[in-house]
Parts: sequence; C-alpha cells; structure tokens
Amino acid sequence: MTSTLTSAQDEPLPSRTWWSVRNALVLARRGVTRIIREPSQLLDVTVQPVIFILLFVYVFGSAIKLPDHGNYHEYLVGGMFGMALTGTAQGTAVGVSTDMATGLTDRFRSLPIARSAVLTGRVLADLLTEVIAIIVLVITGLAVGWGIHNGIGDALAAVGLCLLIAFAMTWAGACAGMLVKNPETAQAVGFIFFLPMVFISNTFVPTQGMPAWLRTVANWNPVSAVAAACRHLFGNPNPSAHITAWPMQHPELATILWSIGLIAVFAPLAVHLYRRKALQ
Amino acid sequence: MVASLAIEAVGIEKVFGQTHALAGLDLAVQPGTILGLFGPNGSGKTTAVRVLTTLLRPDQGAARVAGYDVVTQAPQVRRLIGLTGQSTALDESLTGSGNLVMIGQLCRLPRQAAQHRAGELLARFELTDAADRSVKTYSGGMRRRLDLAASLVTRPPILFLDEPTTGLDPRSRLVLWDIIGSLVADGTTVLLTTQYLEEADRLADRIVVVDKGSVIAQGTADELKAEVGGDRIGVTVAAESDLAAARDVLATHAEGEVHMNVERRVVDAVVSAGARSIPAIAAAMSTAGVVIDDVGLLRPSLDDVFLTLTGHATDPVPMASHEAELA
Repeated sequence: MTSTLTSAQDEPLPSRTWWSVRNALVLARRGVTRIIREPSQLLDVTVQPVIFILLFVYVFGSAIKLPDHGNYHEYLVGGMFGMALTGTAQGTAVGVSTDMATGLTDRFRSLPIARSAVLTGRVLADLLTEVIAIIVLVITGLAVGWGIHNGIGDALAAVGLCLLIAFAMTWAGACAGMLVKNPETAQAVGFIFFLPMVFISNTFVPTQGMPAWLRTVANWNPVSAVAAACRHLFGNPNPSAHITAWPMQHPELATILWSIGLIAVFAPLAVHLYRRKALQ
Repeated sequence: MVASLAIEAVGIEKVFGQTHALAGLDLAVQPGTILGLFGPNGSGKTTAVRVLTTLLRPDQGAARVAGYDVVTQAPQVRRLIGLTGQSTALDESLTGSGNLVMIGQLCRLPRQAAQHRAGELLARFELTDAADRSVKTYSGGMRRRLDLAASLVTRPPILFLDEPTTGLDPRSRLVLWDIIGSLVADGTTVLLTTQYLEEADRLADRIVVVDKGSVIAQGTADELKAEVGGDRIGVTVAAESDLAAARDVLATHAEGEVHMNVERRVVDAVVSAGARSIPAIAAAMSTAGVVIDDVGLLRPSLDDVFLTLTGHATDPVPMASHEAELA
C-alpha cells in the first residue's frame, strides 16, 4: 500500500501523463456511476428537449411557416440537437459548483493527483450525458416524423459535430461553475445564458423574420451553426442555406471553428480558475 | 527550520480583502503527537489548515509538512497528508464504499487493493452495513466517520482534522474521539482544530490557542486551565433574596472576586481546594440560613479561557460549558 507514496515528481513524463489519464478516467467513472444511480439528474437533457419538441411541433409549430414550405417537424428536430447539447453545459456548471460547495474539490486538491484530472474527468463524464441526450432526441424525433435523408455517414458526422461543440461548451460550463458561489446560482446563471443562446438562433424559427440586428446575432450564434449543420447533414429543411452570413454558408466549418475557439478560451481558463482557488 | 518536525509554520499570514485571517501564525508539531488548534469561529483555524494542506497559498511566511515546503513542494506534501475538512467532502450520490474506492484509485491503488482498503476502513469505522448505501442516506455521525475514513485511505502519516466533531451529537463525538485516539496510537501525527476545550483537552498533547490569526497561548490542557484560574465553585440559591447572603458566605472561602448571576440565582468564585471545599461551603450556607438548590464544580469553559486570555468573549458556542461536565 505504501506504493501510493511513490514520488510522482521524480517520475518520467510519460508515466505522469499516464497517471493523469488514469485519474481522469476514475473521475469520469464517478460521473457515470452518478448517472446510473440517479438518472433524475438527466432531466435537463432528456425530458426538457422532449417537452420543447412536443411544444413546438404541436403548439407553436402550426403558426410557423418555413420560407420554402419545408416540413416544420423535420426542421425543428434537426435543430434541437444543438440546443439539447448546449444544455449539458448547464449540468457541468451545477456539478462543478456542487463539488466546490461540498468540499469535494478541496479533497481532490489535497490528494496527489494531476490538477487537470478533476476537470477532464468531469468533461468526459458529461460526454456520456450528451450521448444519452442524442439517443433521446433521435427516438423522439423519429416519433414526430423526423428522418435522416442523407445516409448514415452524414448523420454520424452531424452527431460528431454536436458532441464536439457540446464538449467545448462544457468547458465554459466548468468555468461558470467555478465562478459562482453555489449550485443554485450556477443553475440560474446557466439558464440566463442558455435561454438567449437557444432562442436568438435558428433553432425554433428561421432567422429571416427577425429584425436585422437580431438576425445578425442569430446567424453568428454557434447554436445556429450547429443547427444548420445538423439540418444540412441529416437532409432536413435548412432555410439558413439562403442566408449569406458566412457561418450559415459553411455551418459545419463554423461549428468546428466555434468549438476550437471555445475550447481555446475556456479550457485554459477553467484550469486557471481551478488553480487560482489556491490564492483565495 | 528544524527538519524533524512533522508540521512547522513560521509567521504565516493571509489576508482576504479587509480581513487578516492569519496574522503571523507560528506552529510546531512533533511527529506522533496531536496538536489541538483551539479558537472561536473566525480565529483563522481553517485558514491555517488550508495553508498547511496546500489548498491555500500564504501571503507571507513559510510552512513545512514532513520537511517539505507547502508551496514549492506541494506534490510531496500531498502524498503524506490526509485532510478531513469541516464540510463532509463526499460524493452524496455514490455509496460509502464507492467514495472510498474512488479515493483509493485516485491515489494509485489498483482496483482490487482499493476495494480491499475500503472494506477495511468501513469495518473499522462501523460502516460495513451502510457500505452499499448512498451517502445521502447517512446520518451526520456516519458522514463524519466516512469522511475521516476517506482521508485515511493512503495511510497518511500526517493528518489534518478541521473541527471533526462540530455539530455531532455527544455519542458520535465519543466514537470519533476513540478513532482519533487510536490513530495516534499507530504513530500518526494529527493537527486538530476545535472550538471545544474538552475536545482539545481529551485528545491533544499540546493545545495552541489562536485568536485573530495568531497564537495567544499554548501548552498542555492543564497549563492552560491553570492560566484560566483553576476550579470554580458555583452555588445556586433557592430564593433570589438569599443571593447577597450567599455571596458573603462564598467570599470567605474564595480566592478573589465572587461573581453573581441574579437571573440564574448563582454565585461563583475560584476556590483553592476545589471539590473538597464543597462540604464546608454547603455547611456555611446552611448556618447563614441560605437555602441552596445546587452546589458544584464549574470547569473552565471556552468562554473562560478566552475571557482570561484575550479579555473578549467568543461567539456563543452552545455546547462548550455544558458538555465540559460530561467529558
């Protein structure tokens, strides 16, 4: 058992990296175990998108006309993937701030484990949440008449893009979780960002009908890019293709660039915030 | 710095905004002993523990744990310490066993070894029956025990316990005291913070009293009590009208001033002979025609220690003086 006390600093770098990965996996498994033991924490990413789909398909959808008379059901579901996955960042924020509040983060920080492992483990566990969200969306979507029309390769590419941007968003969520004082605030802050991001986008309605300034915001919103990329790849109605804004002309590339940008900003910031806790 | 000390802090300072949480704190703990860091809420105890466990960087001063600097050699320090903080640092959704296995694996135990170690600790802390239940369902005492178990997974030679029994019922507190005592018997060095004098009294080899971020007194429990002024006798009279007479009687036996509490109908004073003077005082009261409800020895409480040492009272701590008699 004293093997636990071997000196990590004296170890060669490959070994240290390996242990960081191992630690991140142990913490990722913790996240998975939590989901299995308490599936209710997935309500945000499962029930909520389903309610949105039903609400928009059967309540608001009848009043929404697409520019080229496309099927609104297909339009909506194709765009919902981006929204559902953006929502997982909220769960990350709440989870991170909960660990801070209970002192669990302090316990991890007092253990001889890699600083990056705690955050990486969290983000990895959230990937599972995202996969579950996708499965729920596909099933709900098929039930309301949505379909995949461009073959399985394109569909998988769409799913991959969704996971990529969701991964990027969870880093932003992790930052938010460390900046707020408690899980309740994290939930509230998450919602404040989540709502405008989702509604000022092409997720529910085409942006063509919005006032010019708002349309610009919506067309450059990363959520719009994911939605347009998904619609394009799934072969669903995609009125955004007529919009000249660069991200709407290249939604897949825009999604990738947004993801890289978000990761480049928020991953180092998250690690910095995590370390900065030592100074406060 | 002396290399052989288990824990050493020299002039550590930490400022949060306007608050001087630590104002040049010095500590020295010999290996294999328990140091009790004793003080009221906000005296800097937790900040000191956070600095010593590498969670917080001091603004000034230096601290070493097992000879390693807590700032520049933090990874080495982390490998030798266990920390049980004030809040139970557990994953509420996981089982008791799941929490311990996770910590073991994070500390590089193979899965089987981690499970074995978790089983050992659960048995030792009488949590085997609850091993597969969510921590959510645990009582306060069980959480504290599991939390302490979590800090022992790697058998750390130096253990930091930040108010390990605050908020616990007396029975759970006794269980934890036994466990902490057995750890030191195994050679572990312990730094314990507490607001309860009797906890420090019972567990600690040495007690350091902190107030406003620096040390105001230190010594063994007996030394500190002597400083407070020894044993007091308290007499509760049946009728308020007898208070003045009771005070006059007690004054003839007392060393120094007699305190009078009209509301509680109590007079009390320091007496040299301690409990042995009770019969004489009771007899004298009777002779003077004072009917007494109660007469007894008052142990120095947290408030007494603080009043004596600092001249200002602590925040009220509900259990301190009452539980002194149990301990």
